[in-house]
Amino acid sequence: MAWTRDEMAARAARELRDGDYVNLGIGIPTLVVDHIPGDVQVTLHSENGLLGIGPFPVVGAEDADIINAGKQTITEAINSAYFSSADSFAMIRGGHLDASILGAMEVSQVGDIANWMIPGKSIKGMGGAMDLVANVGKIIVTMEHVSKDGTPKFVRECSLPLTGANAVDVIITDLAVFSRASRGAPFRLIELAPGVSPEQLSAVTSAAYLI
Amino acid sequence: MQKVYPDATSALAGLLFDGMQICSGGFGVCGIPERLIDAILDSGVTNLVIASNNCGIDNVGLGKLLASHRIRKMISSYIGGNREFERQYLTGEIEIEFSPQGTLAERCRAGGAGIAGFYTRTGVGTAIAEGKEVREFNGVKFLFEAGIFADLAIIKGWKADESGNLIFRKTARNFNHPMATSAKTCIAEVEEIVPVGSLDPDSIHLPGIYVKRLICGAPYDKLIEIKTNRVEEAA
Repeated sequence: MAWTRDEMAARAARELRDGDYVNLGIGIPTLVVDHIPGDVQVTLHSENGLLGIGPFPVVGAEDADIINAGKQTITEAINSAYFSSADSFAMIRGGHLDASILGAMEVSQVGDIANWMIPGKSIKGMGGAMDLVANVGKIIVTMEHVSKDGTPKFVRECSLPLTGANAVDVIITDLAVFSRASRGAPFRLIELAPGVSPEQLSAVTSAAYLI
Repeated sequence: MQKVYPDATSALAGLLFDGMQICSGGFGVCGIPERLIDAILDSGVTNLVIASNNCGIDNVGLGKLLASHRIRKMISSYIGGNREFERQYLTGEIEIEFSPQGTLAERCRAGGAGIAGFYTRTGVGTAIAEGKEVREFNGVKFLFEAGIFADLAIIKGWKADESGNLIFRKTARNFNHPMATSAKTCIAEVEEIVPVGSLDPDSIHLPGIYVKRLICGAPYDKLIEIKTNRVEEAA
């Protein structure tokens, strides 16, 4: 049986270490917060200029001046610090973030990632994703294993415009987890969702990977 | 020299011309210079090139200039959440230069600091690298990105003194700081203007040297794009 979005988020949370500074993207990555163990202290980075993200505000306590990169209202944490967009991306570009968890439309077997546009159809823009995937040491992708029409998303070569080349370290889908030791290494299957056989996985994956 | 102007229209007097380039602060609708944008709309100036992370949302902020076809080209990282922006782009009515968010921030910071450009790993091997110089440093590929220096910068701050020393508030700082530096003239709109000497010099985010003209735009009815709450746990 496939993992739920929450189970995928919980699996992604296990990739984080005590003391990490982490940027979370929109969607499943946002759910990761709820699954970080109590003895692991992680400081969240919001690229619009905040380190230390608290919970969403209670009704009536929203502040239009405190939002996350997904434009949602949030609150400060006890260790929060604000800064400009220039400083925010200096942190990212300078390699000061430990990990980034983000969604993807496609990831290729060499770690290319595409998540910012579908030509002629949907153009949202890359936002901060190109900066994150090119500069953060550990890139963790959470995504459904196949798209809505059943097309594999872990592929030999991305068909969509890239967000970054050779950038992904860990892929967590609803069916499996793949990781690789370095950016030069191939991906290896390291976990299967309960009840998913290696054959079933291979039938919905076009990328080559080690078992 | 008097920096404080009575309103946005008077602060913009003599600075606007068709085809000009403007840098605008803000992230989504957080910390956007809305009074100045409204006055730019009223002025009738057109054919604008605007560098801003987003283009507001439909009919809010820069979205108003977009809806009235005053913008020829946007330099932005994100157009999601703005249907009119996406529509004008897909029909070719507007030109967009996509610039990754951090690259855009740094292009403005660099431009404002007299730096012609810089090399970054961001965007190497992607469509935004097309036509740009790629150079290797220690075996790693970097992309050359040019600094931005516009005719005018418009920003939103929280509090400023009469000499333009300015403080931002929380995540409303965002692009307002780098944008403030990246133009010949920066106009700031703030929620409160206080006498010189009443702000702690050690707490100033943006020194007054960058702020050439200043208005108080209060009262603000600050918009929230996506109101998200947590469920209160029963006591």
